Amino acid sequence: MSAATFQGAADTEPRRWRFGPLWLAAPGLAFLTVFFVVPVARLLGLSVQDLDAGTWSGEHYARIVDTSVYFRVLLGTFRISGLTALLSLLFGYPLAYWLAQLPERTRGKAVLFVMVPFWTSYLVKTFAWMVILGQKGVINQILAGTGLPSLPLLHNEFGVMAGMVHAMLPLAVLTMLPVMTTIDRRLVDAAGTLGASPVNSFWLVYFQLSLPGVAAAGLLTFISSLGFFIVPALLGGPQQTMLAQLIIAQIQEMLNWAFAGALSTFMLVAALVTCWVYDRMFGLSTLSGEGSGRAGSAQGRLRAAGMRLLAALAKGSTTLGGAAGRVVGPRAMAWLLPLYSAAVIVFLVAPALVVVPIAFTSSPFLDFPPPGYSLNWFRVYFESDVWVGATVRSFGVAFATAILATVVAGLAALALARSTSRWRGAIFAFFLAPMIVPRIVFAVGLFYLFAQIGLVATDIGLVIGHTVLALPFAFIAISAVVKGHDWRLDQAAATLGANRFKTLMLVTVPLIRGGLVAAFLFAFITSFDELSVAIFVGGGVKTTLPKQMWDDMILQLNPTLAAVSFVVFVIVMALLLIAERLRRPAR
Amino acid sequence: MLATHGTAQSIQSRSAAPVAAPKLQVDDLTKRYGSFTALQPTRLDVPAGEFLTLLGPSGSGKTTLLQMICGLVEPSGGRILIDGKDETRTPVHKRDIGLVFQHYALFPHLTVAENIGFPLRMRGMAAAEVEARTRGALDMVHLGHLGGRFPKELSGGQQQRVALARCFVYQPSIILMDEPLGALDKKLREHMQQEIKRLHRETGATIVYVTHDQEEALAMSDRICLMNHARIEQIGTPHEIYARPKTAFAADFIGVSNIFRGRVQRDAHGTPVLVTSDGSFRLTGEALPDQDEASLVVRPEQLDLDGEGDNEVSGEVVDTVYAGSETRVLVALGGGTTVTVRLRRGLAPPLPGDRVAVRWRAEAGVLVS
Ligand SMILES: Nc1ncnc2c1ncn2[C@@H]1O[C@H](COP(=O)(O)OP(=O)(O)OP(=O)(O)O)[C@@H](O)[C@H]1O
Ligand SMILES: [Mg+2]
Repeated sequence: MSAATFQGAADTEPRRWRFGPLWLAAPGLAFLTVFFVVPVARLLGLSVQDLDAGTWSGEHYARIVDTSVYFRVLLGTFRISGLTALLSLLFGYPLAYWLAQLPERTRGKAVLFVMVPFWTSYLVKTFAWMVILGQKGVINQILAGTGLPSLPLLHNEFGVMAGMVHAMLPLAVLTMLPVMTTIDRRLVDAAGTLGASPVNSFWLVYFQLSLPGVAAAGLLTFISSLGFFIVPALLGGPQQTMLAQLIIAQIQEMLNWAFAGALSTFMLVAALVTCWVYDRMFGLSTLSGEGSGRAGSAQGRLRAAGMRLLAALAKGSTTLGGAAGRVVGPRAMAWLLPLYSAAVIVFLVAPALVVVPIAFTSSPFLDFPPPGYSLNWFRVYFESDVWVGATVRSFGVAFATAILATVVAGLAALALARSTSRWRGAIFAFFLAPMIVPRIVFAVGLFYLFAQIGLVATDIGLVIGHTVLALPFAFIAISAVVKGHDWRLDQAAATLGANRFKTLMLVTVPLIRGGLVAAFLFAFITSFDELSVAIFVGGGVKTTLPKQMWDDMILQLNPTLAAVSFVVFVIVMALLLIAERLRRPAR
Repeated sequence: MLATHGTAQSIQSRSAAPVAAPKLQVDDLTKRYGSFTALQPTRLDVPAGEFLTLLGPSGSGKTTLLQMICGLVEPSGGRILIDGKDETRTPVHKRDIGLVFQHYALFPHLTVAENIGFPLRMRGMAAAEVEARTRGALDMVHLGHLGGRFPKELSGGQQQRVALARCFVYQPSIILMDEPLGALDKKLREHMQQEIKRLHRETGATIVYVTHDQEEALAMSDRICLMNHARIEQIGTPHEIYARPKTAFAADFIGVSNIFRGRVQRDAHGTPVLVTSDGSFRLTGEALPDQDEASLVVRPEQLDLDGEGDNEVSGEVVDTVYAGSETRVLVALGGGTTVTVRLRRGLAPPLPGDRVAVRWRAEAGVLVS
């Protein structure tokens, strides 16, 4: 009875314009367009313009390719980035595999050992490596103590690779892990019952299913490495100069915008081509942990070749594993993976801990272990106007950034969760784009834009820049919680008489609160640790904590840096632990 | 104690219809997780070619038993013998056993044909042979045209057929199935039951099948192994279990049962009776000793309204339930029990509130502990 009348009523009701959910994403889209797309696009535009003649010109590109120094840097950047990505995958895969097979509760705790180094400031990590690898560093002092000759570990390829892999390994593991945890373990069991040995099950089933995660990790580590300058500048020598360092030098020393633009273009194009190849093969949605997007449907010869390769790998590892098993025995083989994982975790966590004793040293040098303990360097830190000013500014900027990013990303995440529009995927990718465009490219572009509208050397400028960079993290944190939100509760509220705004404020927001707080904290940490934007947009006047650390580390290492590193480390860890606790969706 | 009971049953049924030595023997097999026992020491013999069903409520240890047989779960104690050979320590991939998973466990990155060919390739078969056998298996489950698709491009029923083909294609002599039809709707499930029976006939494989759907168990099995609380409750042919349940649990779990609880006593003539809150009922056969707590099980089709029978109890009609092929009458008895009676054909259904007499013959009742 009611079906018919209901239908009739719906038909006769006039179609009224509805405030579609996608509109909630509008502020974010506008913000990213103005402060992200426009600056990057203009920087790229600059590189092909001849400003004096007002015409198009390819002279800057010709100069890069023709000048062997520049060209070498270009190749070197790709080589170091590629190598970093490769090593991060090789070292990270077994660790991710081990984490994925832990029971869920244990895994949640074990993953913190990867989260901590992931969110530890790059400057703190790099400072730690300088202390460890230096001429008078931890390793060389240990060698000297045992009477061995000292090794050149810093300002060479080894130093850069150690720093880079250490910096990228957590990202690789955290990207692979969600894909691995969604792999149905019963498939591996099934392969076993069908006659596949454990080695065959791994290569022919598990590994293939984990490939989208591996590829995503390779993509993100490669792209992030492309834009790196902290590690090569502080741990490498002239031979290891990377593209980002060249870009910084062009701006800071020559103010040659066009040439910096051309260099940026190379970097951006490399990043985008990598993304494109990845998207063709796996689909970008895998990046957000949505499961294996396109895996499996790749057709034809490539697939057949890949399968043959894996079958060969399986055969090879069967022989190898068999031989190893005979040597060390099956008992020890079972312990190999946990032992290996523990070793990698020590590699990830230990360097930052080296900073702690040095922060409390009584010596004016970075001796390890310290000759005595005191709070001198904390006193120096807290009595220095420069350091205190930078700290206060960093807190203020990070706070404002966190609020702005959470609101904008929150609206966008709600919009996308509710929308069924075909634009959904594109908008999703757009919000993640600041993660993919190398930071240095964005920072230089933003500098150019802000120079024209007078936002250089302002706190507002810093907040805007940091918000762009924090948006993807906030967006992912909120999306994860919104995905598990039961929208029938909102419908229930509507049937009970709440309008849309009241429903949002009284039902939706309280229920996704955990995700909002996590987003706030992740955005806060992102800003608190940000250097690229701070170098340029701060204009040398509005110094943030990372900028001050960077300046000191270039000039002269001192124990005050250790004290600052310690404080930064503790603050970030506290925020991280809170965020992690709140990130789990409300029950 | 009831485990030995199970063995006794299986020996009994074998002596009734002599068959070859058991294909699969489970000998005091146990599984503990910490202090929790998922399977008590269990004995079970499965003759070659038999279709045995493990039936029982959720958590009764069916999957645990099955996974130990195929080697996915390591037993805490006991042995598994296949063709008389101890296979307890043989790794999964070296046992001649097939397992069909509840959610099929098809490899999403492989096509249907590649899925089916997987076990053949693992056995090092030549490509041409793999292809020929795969085609044969696809035809066997009527999916010849879908070999190039990926599993997610198939319907649930089709995925189920692929899982069956992938298992039958390498002709394991024992096939284990863990609720293979659990995810299908009723109609499709009945159809697939017939398919599985056909495959069983055509291949002659020994099948151990898990379900918690009693109708499915009754319809498909040569024998049913009823499980409860981590142990075997009763083993027997579907008819034995239905007609002669050994425990109240067995009676209650299979089919609809009317159960009267009471105490065994002797009446004035010395005949054993069960004294319940609804009255005293005459018993036949080897009754339990006097004064023992016991339950009397009578199936709805054995009860009659206003008909013949030497046991009688009166009550008031609560409701009549029309179930297509039959009509059931619910009668509330004086002692608080409600019994279900199948209405004799041709009889007009009584109205709620009518007073009726329910009768049955003493031989129709089964006394259980
Ligand atoms: N890995 C494990 N750790 C601890 N307990 C387990 C584990 N696996 C199973 N159990 C427990 O063992 C008992 C038997 O489980 P099992 O899976 O065999 O039951 P089942 O009869 O197959 O039930 P269902 O019909 O629900 O599939 C359950 O109580 C279960 O909680
Ligand atoms: Mg089960």
